[in-house]
Amino acid sequence: MNRIKSKLQEDKKLLSIYFTAGFPNLDDTVSIIQELENNGVDMIEIGLPFSDPLADGPTIQDSSTAALHNGMHTELLFDQLKDIRQSVSIPLIIMGYFNPVFQYGVEAFCKRCAELGIDGLILPDLPLDVYEEEYKHIFEKYGLINVFLITPQTSDARIRQIDDVSDGFIYMVSSASTTGAKKGFGAEQQAYFDRIARMELKNPQIVGFGISNQETFAQATQQAKGAIIGSAFIKHLRENGPEKIDGFVKGIR
Amino acid sequence: MSYHVNEKGYYGEFGGAFIPEMLYPNTEELRQNYLQIMAEPSFQEEFHQLLRDYVGRPTPLYYAARMSEKYQTKIYLKREDLCHTGAHKVNNTIGQILMAKKLGKNRIIAETGAGQHGVATATVCALMGIECVVYMGEIDIARQAPNVARMKMLGAEVRPALSGSRTLKDATNEAIRDWINNPVDTHYIIGSVVGPHPYPDMVARFQSVISEEIKSQLLEKEGREHPDYVVACVGGGSNAAGAYYHFLDSPEVGIIAVEAAGKGIDTGESAATSALGKVGIIHGSKTLLMQTPDGQITEPYSISAGLDYPGVGPLHAHLFASGRGEFISITDDDAMKAGLKLCQLEGIIPAIESSHGLAIFEQRKFKPEDVVVMNLSGRGDKDLQNYIDYFNL
Ligand SMILES: Cc1ncc(COP(=O)(O)O)c(C=O)c1O
Repeated sequence: MNRIKSKLQEDKKLLSIYFTAGFPNLDDTVSIIQELENNGVDMIEIGLPFSDPLADGPTIQDSSTAALHNGMHTELLFDQLKDIRQSVSIPLIIMGYFNPVFQYGVEAFCKRCAELGIDGLILPDLPLDVYEEEYKHIFEKYGLINVFLITPQTSDARIRQIDDVSDGFIYMVSSASTTGAKKGFGAEQQAYFDRIARMELKNPQIVGFGISNQETFAQATQQAKGAIIGSAFIKHLRENGPEKIDGFVKGIR
Repeated sequence: MSYHVNEKGYYGEFGGAFIPEMLYPNTEELRQNYLQIMAEPSFQEEFHQLLRDYVGRPTPLYYAARMSEKYQTKIYLKREDLCHTGAHKVNNTIGQILMAKKLGKNRIIAETGAGQHGVATATVCALMGIECVVYMGEIDIARQAPNVARMKMLGAEVRPALSGSRTLKDATNEAIRDWINNPVDTHYIIGSVVGPHPYPDMVARFQSVISEEIKSQLLEKEGREHPDYVVACVGGGSNAAGAYYHFLDSPEVGIIAVEAAGKGIDTGESAATSALGKVGIIHGSKTLLMQTPDGQITEPYSISAGLDYPGVGPLHAHLFASGRGEFISITDDDAMKAGLKLCQLEGIIPAIESSHGLAIFEQRKFKPEDVVVMNLSGRGDKDLQNYIDYFNL
């Protein structure tokens, strides 16, 4: 069974961490993944950096720019991950924008991911209809889960449609915003969390964007299956280098 | 075969809406409403009244006698340079501000490179009393100071784009991010036939007034609606889309698109997207764009700030790929010379973008009886400092 699916069946709230490959140093990828797993993180999103990350706030933008400047590129990331399954067993997801995947060739990219033991992809700018018509069969052929986003603005009808096409989890963007830490969740977010919980979707939801500490993690996972931390971890890496990851994770739960 | 957009938002294989889900409600609202709103008589009336009384349309179709004599063919200039604010950009911003009002939006955002679209957006926002934020790359802010001042005088807030290469593509990214953060009250006035569907089609329709006028003006002057060629410079492609629009499905009209070669196609300092680009995704559209083999978008170069966009609208990608359009690229030097030549032959100082279009007459022969319409997209006031530096005036 796909590692994401079995992880989702565990009876606990999942902590997922995003980091940008090639940041802060070009060769930190494997050690960051290992450290995160050793400290009990449930799932990891490995960011493939892109020159024009439309959905990201300044923190992740800057980490992407730095990673590209350090020399990160698609083939190098695959190369860094070639032995990853010898030491790491939690689900690994590659998150990036569609153009670099499209240039690599969607089929070739998926094939490589499957060979390396990557379990899924998150490509925010690959639209649902294009995925269904052109790429779904490729993802399925290589056993990769494609994760879709929903936001507070997404209509119920569209959420149902996304739930239908999804086969893993739904990435629940916490607020109408780009990535980056907020000051916490207010009544508006709570109403959105409640609305989604009431919909009783077939796929579990994992909340992302604006989760930065114990409080926001707890609030986001009251009803959802888990939460994803991105910008706050990138800030930690910027300030500490790839060190003290244990302290960061323990600060969350 | 039609060269117009299909019902799914594609021109051949190009176009679509490759946007994060956060933008889906925004673009979907626009997609579901734009055609209907544009068809409303009250919309059409207000749009055409403003184009006439405020922008100064119709712009003349001017027979350039001395130029025609020199190049031994019949050259007409479509005088978009005479539009209020100095370029065709305002046709689109008038249309989009009316669209924004119909959609009940009370805040406008836009991106700008050289500042022409920013000025045109700030202008219509002042006209309608609507809040306006214009994103502009930090580097462009420094090199386009007069347009920054104009936008401020018109009441717009100019926000520097500090990310990436800090030029037009990054200003566009920032505007898109703003829209993600303000999905309900804000309309994004995009400045060219780029971005996710329905923008390329909507902007082309607003600009199509250019070719609509060419048809009736040419009928009066030449006794026929169709020229043999329409020539336009292509940055994102909006003035070109407007000039071609009503001729796209008339194969007897040759379509010539002029891109900026910068210092030369093979110098690494160029903006000739059709020659250097590959199919990919930029700003929500599948089109031709300049990128590394790895799919990172690269920074283009042209002496003309309005032409240095690393992509091209999906309509133009389709015109190129299908062979319907003839694509020519012109270097900085040839454009600058052609600009000066127009001053001397016709007493018109063109925008450097438009000078690229003018330069093709030095390179491409036309028959003496050919009727060639060249879209003079803008005037050169904004480029004076460039001309001064280049020619040591
Ligand atoms: C005078 C003029 N012409 C042409 C352009 C290029 O844009 P487009 O290709 O959308 O017409 C610009 C852009 O700023 C412009 O100011």
